Amino acid sequence: MNQPPNPNKVLLRPSAPGRLHKARVWLASLAALWLGATGAALATQQDAEAISEFVLDNGLKLIVQEDHRAPVAVVQVWYRVGGADEHDGITGVSHALEHMMFKGTESLAPGEFSEIVAARGGRENAFTSADYTAYYQEWGAENVEMSFKLEADRMRNLKLTEETFEQEIKVIAEERRLRTDDNPSAYAYEVLRATAYETGPYRQPVIGWAEDIENMQLADLKAWYQRFYAPNNAIVVVVGDVDPAAVHALAEQYFGPLAAEDIPPPRLRTERTQTGTKRTDVRRSDARVPSLMLAFKAPSLPEIARGEVDAEPGETYALDVAAAVLAGDGASRMHNALVREQGLATSVYAGYSSVSRLTSLFYMVATPAPGTSLDELEAAMLAHINALKETPPSDAELARVKAQVIAESVYERDSPSYQANLIGSLEAVGLGWQVKADYADEIANVAPAEVSAAAARFLTPERMTVTRLVPEDEA
Amino acid sequence: MKALIVRFCALVLPALVALAQSANAALPEIKTWETGAGTRVLFVAAPEIPMVDIRVTFQAGAARDGAQPGIAQLTSMLLNEGAGERDAEAFNEALALTGAQFGAAALKDMAWVEMRSLTDPAYLKPALALFADVLAAPRFDAQAVAREKQSLGVSIQRSAQDPGSIATERFYQALYGDHPYASPQLGTADSVAALDAAAIRAFFERFYVLENAVIAVVGDLTEAEARQMIEDLTARMLHGEAAAPLPAVVPLAEGAVIEVPYDSLQTHVRSGQPGLRRGDPDYFPLLVGNHVLGGNSMVSQLFKEVREKRGLSYSVYSVFEPMAELGPFRAALQTGSAQREEALAVLDQTIREFVSNGPSEADLEAARQNLIGGFPLRVNTNSNVLEYLAVIGAYDLPLDYLDTFRERVAAVSADDVREAFARRIDPDLFVTVVVGRVEKPDEAPAGES
Repeated sequence: MNQPPNPNKVLLRPSAPGRLHKARVWLASLAALWLGATGAALATQQDAEAISEFVLDNGLKLIVQEDHRAPVAVVQVWYRVGGADEHDGITGVSHALEHMMFKGTESLAPGEFSEIVAARGGRENAFTSADYTAYYQEWGAENVEMSFKLEADRMRNLKLTEETFEQEIKVIAEERRLRTDDNPSAYAYEVLRATAYETGPYRQPVIGWAEDIENMQLADLKAWYQRFYAPNNAIVVVVGDVDPAAVHALAEQYFGPLAAEDIPPPRLRTERTQTGTKRTDVRRSDARVPSLMLAFKAPSLPEIARGEVDAEPGETYALDVAAAVLAGDGASRMHNALVREQGLATSVYAGYSSVSRLTSLFYMVATPAPGTSLDELEAAMLAHINALKETPPSDAELARVKAQVIAESVYERDSPSYQANLIGSLEAVGLGWQVKADYADEIANVAPAEVSAAAARFLTPERMTVTRLVPEDEA
Repeated sequence: MKALIVRFCALVLPALVALAQSANAALPEIKTWETGAGTRVLFVAAPEIPMVDIRVTFQAGAARDGAQPGIAQLTSMLLNEGAGERDAEAFNEALALTGAQFGAAALKDMAWVEMRSLTDPAYLKPALALFADVLAAPRFDAQAVAREKQSLGVSIQRSAQDPGSIATERFYQALYGDHPYASPQLGTADSVAALDAAAIRAFFERFYVLENAVIAVVGDLTEAEARQMIEDLTARMLHGEAAAPLPAVVPLAEGAVIEVPYDSLQTHVRSGQPGLRRGDPDYFPLLVGNHVLGGNSMVSQLFKEVREKRGLSYSVYSVFEPMAELGPFRAALQTGSAQREEALAVLDQTIREFVSNGPSEADLEAARQNLIGGFPLRVNTNSNVLEYLAVIGAYDLPLDYLDTFRERVAAVSADDVREAFARRIDPDLFVTVVVGRVEKPDEAPAGES
């Protein structure tokens, strides 16, 4: 409904035009809150049987999930590198390199990759987040071999030239203007992240700061490619009408000969402990609709797994439930109270991704109803957050959340590309795809008191950032 | 690669036709019937996943707004804000407990209501009961109406801060003049303010009726189960009349460039003319031809000329949007305002050259290969199949639309494309909407504010 713009995932090209999406086609599902990761008891058995994992000698990981409903397959190659690995001055280099991966190799001319894919009826795209960079083709299952051939080639033999870079960096500058600078909500969300994070790299936009894009050098991309694009930094995911053993053999054939590289891990700064509420206002003359964003620093599963924070995995599941209970959908506490009963907001949404590599944000965004001030709205939202600390979810609230998680775990099987995205992202952040199978059970195990305890511990003023989008004529 | 395509061209075409015929085994088998009340149902059994999707489509889009712009949209928004015995809160609470997902949308021609549920009766039965209430007895409570009016008003404001939305809306207005397709999708602040529960109820009772509906179902059910389920689901729906046919679209008499000043870094462009009907005899030549021009995402002529060669735009494409009457042919891009003239010129020239010359054999073959080879991706999920069933049903397309899709694409020749574009597309008659700053030549490019 009023979900945050998604600067965490920057696409090579926009998704297909021509279809109008309505603002509220589906109620927000829990899956969306957890990068879509669910996997209820109903699906677990099937997943356990249908997913195969292989590791090549050079360190490349291959994960295959069978789906024989249609003679198609999605092939994805994930690299464990993204915007968070960048340092000041070269922000956006992961994304810029992603664009240049279509511009030719030692044996393919610029654009030829895409022509080969198109001629076989394929769809392709690529995306970059703070945590990873991924490439995919979706086409007839007989083309898995061609995917591997093309991807193995551009993993090691990319030809980065000044001529193609000169045009493509202009495209990226346009992309930034379109997606962020001319979009008040997206711009405000960028400000929110840059405010909430002080020392950690999540303060940087994945697409890069405008000036860094302008100053980007081909040499920056070459160094990035040299350092991170190697089989031991890659995960290949295949979902579709395939035989895992045959796919493994193809992977050995095409990726097997590539040499592993010594990849010095980026020295990522951890996010230092926040010491109090931070506030920013974004005032823009082109904004017509005010909005209020609240974000609270919250732990992620990967940083818990690495032992970097004092938190338990169960607390992240409790925060997932807290988001759902507070404002996850049209039956949530805040939707009922703020939108329906009090008329203070026209929309309210809460979400939290526990599967980011580094410290995450429990995020809420609301649009005030005409006549409601942002201060009033903030006070009302905080009152609900504080109430949750005292009043655990009722049995009915928990039952609702759990029913949706179970149902979603079945629905998501309809989308092979979604399955692949889930597997790839869990692998790329270091959790492992097996985590998805346990998700519904983990949610089912959350006790009401744990939800209140997690809210009390993490949804605090010390962890909060407030960013308000204020139309200039209301300033 | 180019050379390869040309060389293989002569050999490939018969092979594609063979593929088109041999692969039909993988196609979903469409069952169709009329309910006891006479409403058409299209059904595909999909036993692999224990879930079902149901979409009920009505001719109830914004083209039916008449003197009340926004009413189709507002009606759609209110359908899950209370139905039957339950007010909005109770309805959404009950729905969430079933795990079902509810959706509703209004476009220009059509509006639809849909539900996805598990087929386990413990979930499906209560979900269907709620869906039946939506279809037969939405409440349109005064409080809900006031609230959703306000929400729609905010959406209108939100569109007004998005230069792309402004451009699209102005494009529709200029293209369609007095035709119902010109009606603003969300309405205007004033028109929405004037709507009330009585008007919305009247709109619902006129258009959300059995005689104006088509139902698509995909899921883990037998045909017998689907028949019974739909009879039960629709038993309490209202009777009425099918919507009257829309008036024909009057072709544009002359081209126009419409400048809309807006303080954005980029200039947004929409350019085109009324294009194509659903079921149009020129559908396949125009589809295949446009695939070469601006439809085949990363290899189209517009993508190459505007983005690859010149770096002028992140997104650039052209598309035919077939509707009940002539839907738009639309080309679009956005570019930094300092280079808008160059971008407009490249867009215009690329389209004109294509319309004059048609596609090369190599480009045509590449487009056919993409459409034919990519066909399985159009029907590989329940969601995709549902979408096709709904369109086939709502626009009364032949039931073998999917079966014959590939052979009809394969049969399109370069002459077919040239002739169809000559008949249908005339760049001299294009409406071009340009939203953005008009920069002085000596002014530096805008800073990133």
